[in-house]
Amino acid sequence: MEMILVVDHEKCTGCRLCEMVCSVRHTGVNNPTRSRIHVIKWPKEGFELPMLCQQCEEAPCIAVCPKDALSRDLVLGRVMLNYDLCIGCKMCVIACPFGGMGIDTVVQQVIKCDLCDGDPACVQFCGSGALQFVPANRVNLMKKRDAGWKFSELMKKSLEAKN
Amino acid sequence: MALNRKIAYIDLSTGEFKTAPIPIEMRELYLGGRGLDMYLLYNHLEPGVDPLGPDNVLTVSAGLLVGTLASASARTHIGAKSPLTGFLGSSNMGGFFAPELRWAGFDHLVIKGKADNPVYLWIHDGEIEIRDASDVWGEDVFDTQELIKEELGDPEVKALCIGIAGENLVRFANVMTGMKNAAGRSGMGAVMGSKNLKAIAVRGTRDLEIRFPEKALEYNQGLLEHIGSTKFAQIMQKWGTMFIYGVTNTTGLVRVRNFQLNQQVGGNIECEHIEKYALGSEGCYGCIMNCRHKYLIRDGPHAGTYGEGPEYTSQGAFGMEVGCNNFETVLVGNHLVNKYGLDTLEIGSMMAWAMELYEVGILTDEDTGGLKLEWGNDEAVLEMITLIAERKGLGDILAEGPLRAAEKIGKGSIKYLIHVKGMSNLHSDERPTPSLALGIATGSRGSDHLRSRPAIDLYHLPEELLRKIYGGPKPYDGPLSSDYTTYIGKPRMVQWQEMMYEAIDCAGICKYHTIFLSPNLIAFDELSKLIYNNTGLEFSPEEIWDIADRAYTIERLFNIREGLTRSDDWLVDRYFDEPTPSGLPIVRDKCIDREKFKQMIDEYYEMHGWDEDGVPRPETLKNLGLDGEPSHRL
Repeated sequence: MEMILVVDHEKCTGCRLCEMVCSVRHTGVNNPTRSRIHVIKWPKEGFELPMLCQQCEEAPCIAVCPKDALSRDLVLGRVMLNYDLCIGCKMCVIACPFGGMGIDTVVQQVIKCDLCDGDPACVQFCGSGALQFVPANRVNLMKKRDAGWKFSELMKKSLEAKN
Repeated sequence: MALNRKIAYIDLSTGEFKTAPIPIEMRELYLGGRGLDMYLLYNHLEPGVDPLGPDNVLTVSAGLLVGTLASASARTHIGAKSPLTGFLGSSNMGGFFAPELRWAGFDHLVIKGKADNPVYLWIHDGEIEIRDASDVWGEDVFDTQELIKEELGDPEVKALCIGIAGENLVRFANVMTGMKNAAGRSGMGAVMGSKNLKAIAVRGTRDLEIRFPEKALEYNQGLLEHIGSTKFAQIMQKWGTMFIYGVTNTTGLVRVRNFQLNQQVGGNIECEHIEKYALGSEGCYGCIMNCRHKYLIRDGPHAGTYGEGPEYTSQGAFGMEVGCNNFETVLVGNHLVNKYGLDTLEIGSMMAWAMELYEVGILTDEDTGGLKLEWGNDEAVLEMITLIAERKGLGDILAEGPLRAAEKIGKGSIKYLIHVKGMSNLHSDERPTPSLALGIATGSRGSDHLRSRPAIDLYHLPEELLRKIYGGPKPYDGPLSSDYTTYIGKPRMVQWQEMMYEAIDCAGICKYHTIFLSPNLIAFDELSKLIYNNTGLEFSPEEIWDIADRAYTIERLFNIREGLTRSDDWLVDRYFDEPTPSGLPIVRDKCIDREKFKQMIDEYYEMHGWDEDGVPRPETLKNLGLDGEPSHRL
């Protein structure tokens, strides 16, 4: 079943543990510039959001790749990069609207989230539940449940006010 | 790798700097962070210098495990001679500065001299630049960091800085990073101000090698699962340290109105109030405890106030100590001290002291400029914060810290001070708890709860469990008592906590992840594994204790060199003479017994291998390899 990595920015505490474990899992070192995920912050507004590859269905990176190095992996629902075909032209980096394609300057390669082959380290370590890996066809049910809970709380308050 | 980060010596007077590697032998002796900073201070500082003069030395460091797979390893340590006490200055903070310093290639900065004009340091990938800071001088803590990021054109720059309190040499000014993280104790912000050093900005892209990555990932994941499963972590995630107020106020262990009371009646400052203002929680680097809230006051006279926190100490400073019962006063006070860069603990105690002086008539309306310093006057409290930061009126005197302010005010005001070594005590009441009292009396940076507090003594844990914790890693078969009101075995608990906190500060891990407020968290055994997995260095728990002992003893040597004597390891008379007026039966009508307290200090000195005057014995120094210090190896 296709799984997707969903981000709930309201739960993100900005701790960057996801960046750390992503870097260590993929490179063996901790270097956030080599991480596939980054928490973007606006400290004075108190807003933070983990950003990573959205694994697009109609992926601009796939469309612009001149060597067909990028393709969709239907089993894991991800966009995969074949390093044997990649020529490092960085067209995908330019085309991606989310910053999902990065450049690892240590190994001189384009890098992107590969969902850790189906068991993302960032999700394993995220303590607040801001990152979750869920079946794609159930993602909206999860959101509906959260929104429904908030709605029911409001309804209770409204009933209390009436009484 | 994690062991190849360098030390940089920077002279602000000449603008020159040099860098040097940190030899592995020095890691084996001091690990890093606070421990190595203490070695550097003892070796680079001349005794007797003016703490606010160019001869003071400021150290800034990242702990040995910062940025590695060790839970909550985010701590920056800052050291210097303290302008508040004249003894050791040492303070640490979380946030995101320390890991960035390591990615930029450095673990320790030793900053000397004084710049002619305001400057900031720009440290990036092995490079160090001294840059003009005249554009940000006068800016608050939040704007300073944002303006520097703008100037450097990189929003991922991390900076520590001072606010106007540090610029104005308020003797309890903080060094700050982010919206709230503060190296708050002992006036390190004033030392930066005295050097015309507004900020240090860092950015790095260098690999930090993890010695055994897969093992470190696996071990850390297990550790995080364990930490997350504890009741303590779950409470912290929800309420932060504000939860402490409820339990300690119910018991009668808080300090109210400058030591007049030990319970707050009608206090409207319980942690639950934060729900109305909270936007979410915030964590430091790599930490799952996210112990502070992001909060916004949406309406009323303080509408638009945004901040992070508050912690228990701000409830004390702007709540019970000053007799205020208004949660918004706590939120606004917390916001202001973070904006100005002030130690929330010290300012709360200074204001409470001034209010008691006002109550007894030592301070009058003439002294306060008409400000009615009456208990519970919220507006006066908030106004006084700004007066202290700007050093205006009475604020200029209070900005000098307890002992200097008492000298200026005179009229017997000194007897109302609640301090040790010229540093104010936490807003808690230690009269019923000899172990906590011993901790604040002997702490190496002055009165302090983060140097040695055996907070779990308050839980009346079974003796069997106490033995499991306090019986090692250096064997101890002396007495231990579950009763926190006794004097039995308490010196061991204080010494054990000192060693554990020192080791944790050397590693750069947050104390909330250790046996501080929960008996179920980490200590020497886990630290040994974390150091090995992440750096490859092998230390047994007992060897880590020895390293901590060495670092703690060099702190003692530093203080003795600056004139500390046994009489400085003592509490103010009110602890011995004024019994607690209320609380549960176990804490009511309690004060510290002078004779028993003296015996505890004797016992404590003996455990450390110090003589009856508190001076380390020659054989103690020899055993720790300190007999040749200062050795000028770094």
